[in-house]
Amino acid sequence: MKFPARKILGPGLLLALAGGLALAGSGWAGAAQPDAARVKALIHLVRQDCGSCHGMTLKGGLGKPLLPQNLAGRDTEALAEIILDGIPDTPMPPWRTELSRADALWIARKLKEGFPHETP
Amino acid sequence: MKRRDILRAGLAAPLAAALPGRASAMPMPMRGTGDLGIVIERATGSVLVIDTTQMDILGRIGGLGDLSHASAVFSRDERYAYVFGRDGGLTMLDLLEMKIARRIIQGGNSIGGAISDDGRLVAVSNYKPGGVKVFHAATLEQVADIPAKWAGGLSKTVGLADAPGRKFLFSLFEAGEIWMADFAHGNKPRVIKIGKAGKWPYDGLIAQGGRIYIAGLFGEDGMAKVDLWQEPLKVERILDGYGRGEKKLPVYKMPHLEGWTEAAGAFFFPAVGHHEVLVMDGRTWQLTGKIPVHGQPVFVMARPDGRHVWVNFAHPLNDTVQVIDTMSRKVIKTFTPGPAVLHMEFTPRGEQVWVSVRDKNQINIYDTHSLELLRTLEAKAPSGIFLTARAHKIGL
Ligand code: HEC
Repeated sequence: MKFPARKILGPGLLLALAGGLALAGSGWAGAAQPDAARVKALIHLVRQDCGSCHGMTLKGGLGKPLLPQNLAGRDTEALAEIILDGIPDTPMPPWRTELSRADALWIARKLKEGFPHETP
Repeated sequence: MKRRDILRAGLAAPLAAALPGRASAMPMPMRGTGDLGIVIERATGSVLVIDTTQMDILGRIGGLGDLSHASAVFSRDERYAYVFGRDGGLTMLDLLEMKIARRIIQGGNSIGGAISDDGRLVAVSNYKPGGVKVFHAATLEQVADIPAKWAGGLSKTVGLADAPGRKFLFSLFEAGEIWMADFAHGNKPRVIKIGKAGKWPYDGLIAQGGRIYIAGLFGEDGMAKVDLWQEPLKVERILDGYGRGEKKLPVYKMPHLEGWTEAAGAFFFPAVGHHEVLVMDGRTWQLTGKIPVHGQPVFVMARPDGRHVWVNFAHPLNDTVQVIDTMSRKVIKTFTPGPAVLHMEFTPRGEQVWVSVRDKNQINIYDTHSLELLRTLEAKAPSGIFLTARAHKIGL
């Protein structure tokens, strides 16, 4: 309810971005998945740089906790949009210049599942 | 002792620390601690004990929990470090025995702390449960709990700093207020809600030798200041509207105000959401300059003599460090130490600066006069660097 603009724009944007991909059923699963090297970079980014506000363990800091129990029931795509666009009028910044849509969806999905740890 | 031996002793320390009552594998030979310090290794929950005279690592102490965003203060004898972990852990380290002396989990989620001027009280600022808790420095027994109650429940507390006369000042993030806990008359504090600071104070510091507390605001342009020499205490706004009209960039890392030393009669500090270091006159509190820099500054640290300030930057421009000359107010040097430069710490008289380069697993030591790289040391994802000389500085 907080951001009606996103609610209205969201589905439209999604459709536009998804292009010809079928959104029904498996949803975005058909979208490009980050490759192994990208996955490593994303894990690092989330643990370290999202971690500066959300905590390295994602238990929360200045930003809200991002553990599975906190995000249960939340829509993966809506979370990905938050990551890409940020939350206006809060410290949550938009990451669109650094993260692709596929990156953001991967992060959102992994946050919901329990985010992987960095392997040295 | 050969360096390798010392390192091995350090590596053994976590084991020793896990066995209460046992001395660590190899205590240090008799020595002072005035040239020691610690480096936080945030990913592994360990710290390195460093020696700035030898420019070397003396050992590693593990078992400190989640050290993301960890910071430290020191006992006045400079033997013990108090490390404030993200997971609410408060760990007292013995730098001489190179082991954990005491450790408690005091909260759920914390963000920094402070030690009283008499060295007897250690205060911790908590996000969760929002408020400040205060402990005996010697035993880590709890002395006081100060929940940051406001209309919206408990507020996260930030910018906790000690002030002269057994006082602590801090700001409430959600509530936007500045409070003081005054322990002048014993261990039962007088808690004074000084006033409204503004939207989302994100950090605070003590300046001018303990006279001034300043809170930076994330939610609006401007800062809040309390003059502790004025009765009754009140919050005054300064720098209102600085940067207004210019488009703010998204902020990927909260700037820090620590290290905001007055240099050459002015304060140099990070702009929020702009690629600028701001300069403010130390008497009139007016903005007197904006210095364009490489990215959004995180730390703006004055060399102890005030001639230079060193600046690091927020993600994604955080591979760079710049040096500003406070006379000409120009960038005189740009270094690229490597990915994720997180912190910088000057030796007490400022001839060296230690710089942590997280993603290169490295610490760089520079000569601050020739601006040359003196040495690099290996560390695991190093972040904060804290030297024992902080023990004798008000507000650190
Ligand atoms: C500068 C601080 C900061 C950084 C860095 C940051 N966040 Fe946030 N984030 C916040 C804050 C603050 C909120 C809560 C905003 C609010 O009040 O709703 C938030 C909210 C969120 C939410 C919504 C949580 C919920 O329960 O609604 C998600 C998801 C999120 N962030 C993901 C990320 C990811 C992923 C990154 C890194 C790519 C990141 N954030 C980096 C500050 C930050």
